[in-house]
Amino acid sequence: MKNLKVADTFLLSGVIYTARDQAHKRLAAAIKQGKKLPIDLRGAIIYYCGPTKTPKGKIIGSCGPTTSSRMDEFTPVLLKAGLSAMIGKGSRSKEVRAAIKKYKAVYFLTFAGCGALLSQYVKKAEPVAYRDLGPEAIYKLKVRDFPLIVGIDARGNNIYKEAST
Amino acid sequence: MRIISAKKIQDTVAKLCIQANLFLRSDCLRALKQAYSEETNKRAKLILKAIIDNAAVARKEKIAICQDTGLPVVFLEIGQDVKIAGDLKSAINKGVESGYLKGSLRDSIIKDPILRGRAKYTPAVIHADMVKGDKLKLAVLPKGFGCENKSVLKMFRPTAEIKEIKKFILEAVKNAGADACPPFVIGVGIGGTADYASFLAKKALLKEIKGLSPKGTVPELERKGTVPELERELLSEINKLHIGPMGLGGKTTALAVNIETYPTHIAGLPVAVNISCHALRSASKIL
Repeated sequence: MKNLKVADTFLLSGVIYTARDQAHKRLAAAIKQGKKLPIDLRGAIIYYCGPTKTPKGKIIGSCGPTTSSRMDEFTPVLLKAGLSAMIGKGSRSKEVRAAIKKYKAVYFLTFAGCGALLSQYVKKAEPVAYRDLGPEAIYKLKVRDFPLIVGIDARGNNIYKEAST
Repeated sequence: MRIISAKKIQDTVAKLCIQANLFLRSDCLRALKQAYSEETNKRAKLILKAIIDNAAVARKEKIAICQDTGLPVVFLEIGQDVKIAGDLKSAINKGVESGYLKGSLRDSIIKDPILRGRAKYTPAVIHADMVKGDKLKLAVLPKGFGCENKSVLKMFRPTAEIKEIKKFILEAVKNAGADACPPFVIGVGIGGTADYASFLAKKALLKEIKGLSPKGTVPELERKGTVPELERELLSEINKLHIGPMGLGGKTTALAVNIETYPTHIAGLPVAVNISCHALRSASKIL
């Protein structure tokens, strides 16, 4: 994953964890207070996503990416704790780009506003932490061939800068 | 007086919530398909294809088009000869709740905007207008907040030039960028008061997307300074911004610009912009 270059497309198979605004706030606070985290962040991939309710007979409901920049203030702390990649939509702050470069992480984009389509690549889903947050709980997802575009690579190259020039 | 029961309104709202969230508006889908066929940027085309495929999966699998099933905005046009038997507001919210539950949609509404807390399905935001006749028109527009967060309002001087207004709208689109899920449908409200212009910008999203007219032809109605001309010019200028699908470049930044206007005060010129992502969802029914 560290060898991927900005704008590369990539199909991910493996485990990812959903986390958005409130889960980030809690994770970052727990790290700062030195508390034990409900998931192991080392080498983990976080997906900025709050799925709909799961329709009867389905693995998961609609599950597209939410706006990544809202997580910017918490991201450097999570990267320092070992997070290896993030999946979301939209651009990131200067601080996040620098932290991605520093910790050799990757920021991926996936198809925004395509939650129904993306649900088809999820093979297993279970809430594993912060269940009281409902759609904002942390879900462990097992995905197969989940479509990604490299937004910021481990060298800090940024797709949005490239796209605007 | 024609009597319409609150229960009937409740059931209709429930159905409209599901319809809007699972079945992409046909005018929106048509515009996306047109954009796909005209787009030349390879990556933009790939993303547009995913967006079109997404609508098909949602329809077939009965899964919401987008996980952000929005804050339900309900528009009512109440005929003055209609008598509603029962509690209208509670019927609407009960309808939203049962529709969102049945459709496996997301509970995204928190009761206290400051203290936050656990999300629920309701309350909806309700806009009611009185009209002539004995019909009741209901429209549900679930508004996602990736794009709603990019809404803007500006109170212009009454002497402002049209080019200043255009610049303001273009800036709003630039600022929305990738976060608001382009290609967009741009709702614009011009006139009224600050609150009314904002309402008009939202209401403009209910208007049918007409798409671009064939190259080189200007329909007779689109004379200088008219709303259709302004819509057409803005759409063309927005698509020259090359924000593109997902903000990754391409000539498809907006599918349409819809403008609603209203008379205003001699001392002012309110302009509001309400941006919709490519998943423009709404459904309506006349009772």
